[in-house]
Amino acid sequence: MKNSLDESKPIFLQIKEQLEDSIINGTIKAGERVPSTNEFAAYYKINPATAAKGINELVAEEILFKRRGVGMFVTDDAKQLLIESRKKTFYENYMLPLKSEANKLQISLEELMDMVKREDEFNEN
Amino acid sequence: MKIEVKGLSKKYGNKLALNNISFALDDPKIYGLLGRNGAGKTTFMDILSGHITASSGEILIDGEDPFDNQRLTESICLIKEGQNFKKDLKVKNVLKIYSFFYPNWDQVLADSLIKEYNLDPNSKVKTLSKGMESALGITVGLASKAPITIFDEPYIGLDAPSRKRFYEIMLEEYQEEPRMIIFSTHLIDEVSLLFEEVLILREGTLVLQEESDILRSNTIAVSGTIDEVEAFISGKEVIEKKQLAGMMTAYVYCTVEEAKMHGLKVEGVPIQELMIYLTERKKGA
Repeated sequence: MKNSLDESKPIFLQIKEQLEDSIINGTIKAGERVPSTNEFAAYYKINPATAAKGINELVAEEILFKRRGVGMFVTDDAKQLLIESRKKTFYENYMLPLKSEANKLQISLEELMDMVKREDEFNEN
Repeated sequence: MKIEVKGLSKKYGNKLALNNISFALDDPKIYGLLGRNGAGKTTFMDILSGHITASSGEILIDGEDPFDNQRLTESICLIKEGQNFKKDLKVKNVLKIYSFFYPNWDQVLADSLIKEYNLDPNSKVKTLSKGMESALGITVGLASKAPITIFDEPYIGLDAPSRKRFYEIMLEEYQEEPRMIIFSTHLIDEVSLLFEEVLILREGTLVLQEESDILRSNTIAVSGTIDEVEAFISGKEVIEKKQLAGMMTAYVYCTVEEAKMHGLKVEGVPIQELMIYLTERKKGA
C-alpha cells in the first residue's frame, strides 16, 4: 500500500491500480477481503465516493465481488484476468516509451536486445 | 437538499461581487468552493445562508428563498473564519445555544471535539486564542449535523495537526451520514482529495464546476518541442503555456491518452495548480 497518492492523477484510478497490484503480486489472494471504501477514505483522507468508484469498477470487471453486509472479496479468476489485461497494455505502457527513449539515445536494436537479455541473466543469478 | 442558483448577482456600491452566476448542487457531496481573494466566495456563502439578500437573481433551497426563512436556516450551518460567536459567551453556552437551534445537533460529537481540541467549557470566547476560536467553530459546524454545512476558511490560527484531525473527523462524520458540505479554503493542497466536486469562482463569475477526479483526468500538462506542442494544442482550450530553451509546456483540457498518442510528455495537473492558472487568466485573455 502506498503511503500517499499522486494528486495530479485521478484518485479512483490509483485506488484501483493499487488493488490490482496487490492481487497480481499475491498480497491479497482469491477469496480474501479487500479494504472497504471507508478504510481507504480514512487511510488516505480521500472522499469516500472517489474510493468507491475505484472499487466499483473492479466489481464490474469481476475482479471483486460483494458479499452483502460483509465487504468486498477477490474473485477466483481475478489474478488471471488482471494479468491478461495488463499484458494487453504492456506494449504501449512499457515497450513504446522504452523504444522512444532508446531512439533518442541512438541505441540500436541490437544494443537494446543485448540489454534485455543482460537483465535476464542478472535475474537468474 | 437541492440548491439552485439562478442568475445571482450582488452589488456593493459600484462593485459587482457576484455577476450573474447560475449552477445547481443537489447531492450530499463534499464540494470545494475555490477562488482567489475577492472572487465572491464569501458573498455567495452569505446569501446561501440567508444572511444577506441578492441584488438580483436568486438562490433556492428546495425551492425556497433562504433569506429570513426559519425552516431553512436550521438546516444550514455556516462557519466563517472568525467572529462566529458573541465574545462574552462561555464555550459551554455557545454550544447550548446552537444545540437548541439545530434539530440534528450531536451533543456526543460536540463533547468529544471539545476534549479533542482542549477547549475549556468555562472559557469566554474573548479569552480564546485565534486557533481555539477556530476549533470552537469547527466543533459547532460538525456537531450541527446541518444538512447543508458550510465552512468558509474555518481554521485561521489552527495548527497543522489540528487541521489534520479536523479533516479526519469531517470524513468520519460524512461517511456515517453523508450531508452537503461546502468547503472554501486557500489551503487547497491539504484538502483537494476530500472534494468530490469543485467550483471555481473568478471575479464574481463561475469559471468551473466539475467532479474533481474528472478534472484530474481531463486537465494535463503536455511538454515537447515548441512546434510539437503548438501543433497539438491548436484548436484545444489552453489554460496556460510556457516555454524554455526551445521546449514548451502547455496546460490543456484533454485526456492523457490523446496526448500520449502524439508522443508528447504528459503530466497531470493538481487542482491547486489548476486553480492558480484558471484564476490568473487576465481579463480578455
